[in-house]
Amino acid sequence: MRAVVNNISKSFKNPDGTLFNALQSISLTISEGEFVAVVGRSGCGKSTLLNIVAGLLPATEGQVVFEDLASEDRPLTSVVFQDLALFPWRSVKKNITYGLEEQKVSSGKQDQRAEELIQLVGLEGFEEHYPHQLSGGMKQRTAIARALAVNPELLLMDEPFSALDAQIRMDMQIELSRIYETTGQSFLYITHYIPEAVFLADRVVVMGGRPGRIQSIVSIDLPRPREEKIKVSPEFVAYLDRIWSEVRGKPQEFGADP
Amino acid sequence: MTLNRRVVKDKTGFLIRHPNSYVSWISVIVVLGLWETVGRLGLVPPLFLPSFSAVLASGYEMVVNGEIFAHLSASLWRIGWGFFLGAGLGILTGIGVGYFQLADDAVRPLVAATYPIPKIAILPLLILWLGIGEGSKVVVIMLGVFFPVVINVRAGVRNVDPLLIKAAISLGSGPFNVIRKVILPMTLPMIFAGLKLGVGIALLLVVTAEMIAADKGIGFLILSSADLMQTTRLLFGIMVLSGLGISFAWILDRLERILLPWRE
Repeated sequence: MRAVVNNISKSFKNPDGTLFNALQSISLTISEGEFVAVVGRSGCGKSTLLNIVAGLLPATEGQVVFEDLASEDRPLTSVVFQDLALFPWRSVKKNITYGLEEQKVSSGKQDQRAEELIQLVGLEGFEEHYPHQLSGGMKQRTAIARALAVNPELLLMDEPFSALDAQIRMDMQIELSRIYETTGQSFLYITHYIPEAVFLADRVVVMGGRPGRIQSIVSIDLPRPREEKIKVSPEFVAYLDRIWSEVRGKPQEFGADP
Repeated sequence: MTLNRRVVKDKTGFLIRHPNSYVSWISVIVVLGLWETVGRLGLVPPLFLPSFSAVLASGYEMVVNGEIFAHLSASLWRIGWGFFLGAGLGILTGIGVGYFQLADDAVRPLVAATYPIPKIAILPLLILWLGIGEGSKVVVIMLGVFFPVVINVRAGVRNVDPLLIKAAISLGSGPFNVIRKVILPMTLPMIFAGLKLGVGIALLLVVTAEMIAADKGIGFLILSSADLMQTTRLLFGIMVLSGLGISFAWILDRLERILLPWRE
């Protein structure tokens, strides 16, 4: 599998009729099993890019093509949204099996897959809870399990941890990195938080804004499995420094990170 | 040193609400007791206000000889069909106009023009078309229930979080499943809001229609009792209506709790 983002541009119409260029000539290839993170401050078009890759927004120019597919009916993408968008009328388990129902998977197989995923994301005992009964971190886990359930070629995540407090965010990063390492799933991960991108990704795409474009791509050569202590290693700090200096090239476009 | 010592007091005490369920009972008993006393002491002629016990006795008689059930079943039959048809049509139309812009543009002016008409004003026309029998009564109730349901359901559909629809699409849902599996459950609370309004209107319309043209039903019972100056029977009819209203609200409430266990 190869996900090829081929020269994507996107413009929106402003209320006064002028065009606003959200993305300009974005090209990027994501390989099988790769974790690609996109960083850039709010408004640089990274969410727009994710929505185009997900097929939830038409591009003005260019195409997204998935090549060398091994299976004909494996879904191309699924999404973990920033606001999660869990179905409030469905239990944790029913949220997770939603995509499987749409794929007409037998209910026995649905149960089995739900059980695997509930174990993978650590939600045992909460299968029958409704979203409003869950903590922020458990909602995250449910949303991740729901997106993983359909086994997409590429899993898209749009700043999924931005609403969590710092401690739970750290836990979820470690959790996600473990899920990546155990499943071999390909990821495209959007964040504005550079340490998170470096911690999780094989490659970090730095985007600049107005119009949104790729400023540079940094390969992260850190050992896996990634553990919390890697965040204080000199290599990790060097990557942060490097991406920060990429970012500092345009100081007016990037504020301080939380 | 302690001269200027002041302790911070909770200033919100008066806002705390303690539930007093026994007060509710007492208030009902006091009102019924007053009513009974006024009747027993003969302060008001029984023609105008018979005592509570006299009303109950007359009601008991109607229960024993089965008269009340004939009236009740006639009214319930009309409400049942009118409500069922009006609610069903209202839900379908509401989802249709909420989801499809074309349908909304076509239907909105018609609803805007017909909604303000007091439905009972249409009854004579319906009698002309459908005869004096059950059809005209069922249809007038149906119309009365249809409007609040359609307006609420449309609003509910339009307020469904677009992100949930996106989430469903990203997990493989097509247009039909988006309606069935996302819009319908998300609209259920608003459907119930519409049904609760509709049930009150149905009760109002059935009584009015029965007062205009019927030989059975609670509305007929009330009007004919008044004509015969049988105030006890009249008041019992009104009490039955109160009971009906409470029962309908209770049933809808239970149904809502069963169908919407996910609500906070």
